[in-house]
Amino acid sequence: MDIFLQQIINGLVVGSIYALIALGYTMVYGIMQLINFAHGEIVMIGAMVTITCINLLIGAGVNLPGPLLLLAGLLMAIPISMLLGFTIERVAYRPLRRAPRLAPLITAIGVSIVLQQVAMLIWGRNYRPFPQILPTTVHDFFGAAVTDLQIAIVILSLVLMAGLFWLIEKTRLGRAMRATAQNPEVAGLMGVNINTVISMTFIIGSSLGAVAGVMVAANYDQAHAYMGFMIGLKAFTAAVLGGIGNIGGAVVGGLLLGIIESLGSGYLGDLTGGFLGSHYKDIFAFVVLIGVLVFRPSGLLGERVAERA
Amino acid sequence: MAVLAKSCDHTDQTQDKIYHLGNESMSIARYSLIAAAVLSISACGKQEPAQQAASEPAASAASAAPSGGGDTVKLGHAAPLTGNIAHLGKDNEYGVKMAIDEINDAGGADIGGKKVKFELVSEDDQADPKTATTVAQRFVDQKVVGVVGHLNSGTTIPASKIYSDAGIPQVSPSATAVAYTAQGFKTTFRVMANDAQQGKVLGEFAATKLGAKKVAIVDDRTAYGQGLADEFEKAAKASGAEVVKREFTTNQETDFNAILTSIKGAKPDLIFYGGMDAQAAPLKKQAKKLGIGAKIMGGDGTQTPEFIKLSGSDSEGMISSSPGMPKEQMPGGQAFLDKFKAKFGTEVQLYAPYCYDSVKVLVEAMKKAGSTEPAKYLPELSKIEYQGVTGNVSFDDKGDLKNGPITLYQVKGGKWEVLEIAGGAAK
Repeated sequence: MDIFLQQIINGLVVGSIYALIALGYTMVYGIMQLINFAHGEIVMIGAMVTITCINLLIGAGVNLPGPLLLLAGLLMAIPISMLLGFTIERVAYRPLRRAPRLAPLITAIGVSIVLQQVAMLIWGRNYRPFPQILPTTVHDFFGAAVTDLQIAIVILSLVLMAGLFWLIEKTRLGRAMRATAQNPEVAGLMGVNINTVISMTFIIGSSLGAVAGVMVAANYDQAHAYMGFMIGLKAFTAAVLGGIGNIGGAVVGGLLLGIIESLGSGYLGDLTGGFLGSHYKDIFAFVVLIGVLVFRPSGLLGERVAERA
Repeated sequence: MAVLAKSCDHTDQTQDKIYHLGNESMSIARYSLIAAAVLSISACGKQEPAQQAASEPAASAASAAPSGGGDTVKLGHAAPLTGNIAHLGKDNEYGVKMAIDEINDAGGADIGGKKVKFELVSEDDQADPKTATTVAQRFVDQKVVGVVGHLNSGTTIPASKIYSDAGIPQVSPSATAVAYTAQGFKTTFRVMANDAQQGKVLGEFAATKLGAKKVAIVDDRTAYGQGLADEFEKAAKASGAEVVKREFTTNQETDFNAILTSIKGAKPDLIFYGGMDAQAAPLKKQAKKLGIGAKIMGGDGTQTPEFIKLSGSDSEGMISSSPGMPKEQMPGGQAFLDKFKAKFGTEVQLYAPYCYDSVKVLVEAMKKAGSTEPAKYLPELSKIEYQGVTGNVSFDDKGDLKNGPITLYQVKGGKWEVLEIAGGAAK
C-alpha cells in the first residue's frame, strides 16, 4: 500500500508540473488556435536562468537561506521568460496571424529549435546541476517518503492555478481574454485591444512555464538545453488530454497524465511479466494522447469543435 | 571506451554536418588533379599534417634518416583529435608517438635481421562512426601494417570490419564494448578489460565484499548499459545474491521516482545502475529523497568527475568500477608518467599508457614473427605474452585482454578513492 501511495505522490508532483506547463499551451490555443511549440523551451530557459542566477549569488558570497536564494533566482527567471514569450509572439507569430494555420505552427517549431541552440551556446551541452540549497529532509507520510520541495511544488502549482482561474473569471483582463477566445473580431469591435490580450496571454503562460521549469530543475536536480522538448511534449499531451483550450482541462489532464505515467512505469513491468518495462514510460504518455484523439478528439473536458465553428 | 561512445551521441548535428562538408570537400580535392599546394588551402586544417605526412614520408620526423639497409613501415593510429573529447584523442596519440619514438631513437626494432623503423600515421575519426570507416579505408590504402585505435567503442566496431577485410591487426587501447571482439574477426585485439569482465567483477564484489543478498538492477537499455547490467546480474547470482527487481530506463531520463519506488518495495541491499553519469547522478539523489538506504553501484560510465559534480554531496558512497588500473599503480606507471611529462609537457589524461603498450605489443609480435607483414605476424600477436607498462598483456581466443585489471572506486569526501583493484576474469 505504501508503495502505491508513493507512486501516487510521485505522480502528483510530476502531474502538477505538467499542469502548469499545459496551462501555457492551452491558453495560447484557446485564444489564437495556435500550438506554441516553443513553450517547452521557455520552461527550459526558466530553469537555466534560475540555476545561473543562484550560482552567481552563491559565487558573490550572498549568504541567504536556500528557499530565499531560489526565490531570487525565480524572480530573475520570470521576467526573462515573460520578455521571451512576449518577443516570440511579436516576432514569430504576430506577422503570421492572418496566414494559413500551418505557417505559425512551422514557425513555432523553428523558434523552438532556435531557442534550444541558443541555450546550448550560452550554457553548453552538458547537464547543469541544480545548486544544493534546499533541505532534503524526508518526511514520512503513511509509509511514503515526501520532501519539502515536493510539497512546495504541489501547493505552489495549486495556488498558481487558482490564481489563474481568478484572473480569467474575475478580472477585466480575464474577461477580455475570454471575449477574444470566443471571437477576436467582435471582441475588437467592442473595444478590446486584441494585441494586448494576446501579448498578456503569452506573458502569463511564459511566467507559469518559468516556474514549472524551476520546479523540474529543483526536483530532478539538473537541467540541460534539450529538457524543454520532452517536457513540453508531455505537457502538450496533458493539454490535449484535458481538452486543449480549456483551462480546467489542462489541470485535470496534467495531474492525470502524471499519475498514469507514474503508475504505468511502476507497475507495467510486473503486470506484463517483464515484457514491457518502465523504460516504456514515455510511450505511455503518447498512447494516452492517441487514445484520446481517437475516441474523444476534443479531450476529457473539451468543448466540441462544432460549437466553436 | 564505452563512456565516450555514449557521450558522442550528444554531438550536435550541426557540428556533424560541418565536419562532413569538410570531409567531402577534402575527398573531392584529393581526387581532382589540383596540385598539393591547392589542396592544403582548400581542405580543412587539422587533418592536413597527418595526410601530408602520410603521402610524403620524407617530410615525417619519425622516418628521419633511416640507417643503411633499414626499412620504414607505417603504423596507423586513429582517435578523435577534434571535438569535445579531443583531449583524450591527443593523449592517445602521444602514447603511440612515445612508443614509436623510443623504438626509432634506439635505431629501430630488430625484425627478421633488419633494423625496422616506424612511421606514425595519425588520423582524426572525430568520434564519429562514419568518419571512422573513412579513416580505416585510408589506412588500408596507405598499407599500414597495424592500427592502434580507435578510442570509442562506437568507432572501433565499424572500423574493425575494414581492417579485418584487409587483414590488418587492430589493437584498441580503450574500446570496452563486448561486441568489438565478438564479431569473429581474427584481427581484433584490445589491451583493456571489456564490459563483460567489468560487469563480472562488479557483480562478484557486490555479492561477496559488500555482502549484498538482495540486489536491484536498472539499466538504460543502451548496448553498453544493458550489456554491463546483464553481466552484473549473472555474476551476482553466481555469487549467491538474489536479484529482486530488474528495472529499465532510457539514456535521456531524469525522473527515476517511479522505478525507485517499486525498487524500494522490494527492499534490496544494493542497486546497480548500468548506464552513464547523467542518469546515475539524479538516480542517486532521488533514491536518497525516497529514503532508500541501499548502496548504489555503477560501471565506468558513472566513474567520472561529472558524476560528482551532478550529484554533489549526495554522490557520497557511490561505488563504481573502471577498467584498468589507477595510472600511478601500474607496473611501469610512475616511470611512464614522468617520461611522458618530460616529453610532451603535459599530464597523461587517460589511455596513453594503453596506447603505448598497444604499439609495443604489435612490435613485439613482429619481432617474434621476423616480419612486419600483417599475415605473418598476426598469429604471433594472438599468442603474445608481453610485460607492459599497464601490466601483463596476453589475449584470449577472441582478442580480449586476459586478466585485465579492474579498479573499484568509491566516492569519499567528494573524491573518487580506490577501494580495490580486482583482476579481470580470464575465460
